[in-house]
Amino acid sequence: MHNATLKSLSASLSARAFSSVELTRHFVNRINQLNPKYNCFITLDPERSLKQAEAADRMRSAGRGQPLTGIPIAQKDIFCAQGWLTTCGSKILSNFTSPYDAHVVERLNAAGAVTLGKTNMDEFAMGSSSETSYYGPVRNPWDVDKVPGGSSGGSAAAVAARLAPSAIGTDTGGSIRQPAALSGICGLKPTYGVVSRYGMIAFASSLDQGGPLGRSAEDLALLLNVMAGFDPRDSTSLEREWEDYTRELGKAVKGLKIGLPEEFFAKGAAPDVVRAVETAVGEFRKLGCETVEVGLPNMKLSVPVYYVLAPAEASSNLARYDGVRYGYRAPEYADLPDMYKKSRAQGFGPEVKRRILIGTYVLSHGYYDAYYIQAQRVRRLIARDFAEVFKRCDVIMGPTSPTTAFRIGEKMGDPVQMYLNDIYTTPANLAGLPGLSIPCGFDGKGLPVGLQMIGNYFGEAKMLGIAHQFQQATDWHQRMPPGIQ
Amino acid sequence: MALTLEDVKRVADLARIAIDEAEARAVLSQLNDVFKLIAEMQAVDTRGVAPMSHALDVVQRLREDAVTESDRHALFQSVAPQVESGLYLVPKVIE
Repeated sequence: MHNATLKSLSASLSARAFSSVELTRHFVNRINQLNPKYNCFITLDPERSLKQAEAADRMRSAGRGQPLTGIPIAQKDIFCAQGWLTTCGSKILSNFTSPYDAHVVERLNAAGAVTLGKTNMDEFAMGSSSETSYYGPVRNPWDVDKVPGGSSGGSAAAVAARLAPSAIGTDTGGSIRQPAALSGICGLKPTYGVVSRYGMIAFASSLDQGGPLGRSAEDLALLLNVMAGFDPRDSTSLEREWEDYTRELGKAVKGLKIGLPEEFFAKGAAPDVVRAVETAVGEFRKLGCETVEVGLPNMKLSVPVYYVLAPAEASSNLARYDGVRYGYRAPEYADLPDMYKKSRAQGFGPEVKRRILIGTYVLSHGYYDAYYIQAQRVRRLIARDFAEVFKRCDVIMGPTSPTTAFRIGEKMGDPVQMYLNDIYTTPANLAGLPGLSIPCGFDGKGLPVGLQMIGNYFGEAKMLGIAHQFQQATDWHQRMPPGIQ
Repeated sequence: MALTLEDVKRVADLARIAIDEAEARAVLSQLNDVFKLIAEMQAVDTRGVAPMSHALDVVQRLREDAVTESDRHALFQSVAPQVESGLYLVPKVIE
């Protein structure tokens, strides 16, 4: 059961080979057995999950089944889900039971999906390793001494360890694609505005985007079909016709033009990573694709620009945690300002505080133009590079991350080293473009390598089609971590 | 340009985060490393380039001026640290 694709699970539920209750119970049992090893989940509520499963079984019996009806999905703990503890990986929300559902959660519930649990993550999605969580680090199923990537590391590790058929996550600077790569699964960050941010706890609002994590491109397409859609409660949600993201899965890729930016293959990427990605590109050539060398000269500025804009937006968004309306309040304080300061000092972890301080500084009087406005200008230069490149090719390919999974603790003392992990993923967020990561091989130690594909705006269906064709010709996405059966 | 310990304390105060001397010192060197990284984008010539605040050029939607939400203050206040008679309680501000 836990190795089946969403499509086959859906078919089995439809044919009554097993019920959603049986399927959910199977995953709950696996989680009980294996989660202590990986720490993928912050909150589980099997009773609630099984109730949803019973309702899903009734939906199917009544002939109202949809593709995801009865399928358990793990949710990153950044999505507000009514009645569920929703912590965002932080102590400051350690007592926050959400009184409402995120738009994405509403849509999954309406489709009859089962909430399997809330997954562990970097605190407020700030991190590339899932180590900054108040609830302890997530461990990589391929090697428990390594990080699974982040910030959606709990979601990625749960899918990799077969503790969930699929999961949902968010991506502000790579937080879906990088953990997907480091955990050997697939993940998609859609075009900015495709998935509603309503009820998705805000980090950097001009960059945040929800998306699916799963074991194949086809699974991602089925999930995105439910997640995407207009929502008037998110002022940046796009009013577009509903589209079927599975529609190009069967399309041949012959004649497709793949752009290879030299900046993605420059020094900095580990040789094993470059080798695996180049082999994958060779596979696409075999399938009849053409490759063209392209340049993204301003890409190297993405990390500096990102680490101005994201902290600036975060410092503003996280001002809401004041110990008054919800969340943690310090037990002792002298007066109101002291209550704010102590609640925030005790409630936020070191990385979140660092980013709030950076953001507050770059937005403060006298520095705003030199940092914040300058970063926004360079952001436009980065976006223009992509516009030029997409005149010459259909999609861009390169590595998702410069290295495979690194050791737990290795980069925690050095924020800059941690930030440089995001070199290949932040450009798509800054430009608002869709980005996809799929497994494409292994390094010398047997750790998975991710191939990143960046498409033009609203290119999700095309990208999923391209990835699906690759997955028909290769089996990297079916490989399992050692010891997982 | 490097930040000083005073900068860190001032910014922490603006951000309403209590910080002690030892913590400020530790954070100072990390922030200076980050600002060294950020300096790379400050040297770029961006004359004539309009700031990009958003990925897509979208206009703000307007809606009818109608009541669409129901009153759910009791539910929303159920997660607050301290509430009385529908009001959030905080330490006394005005003497």
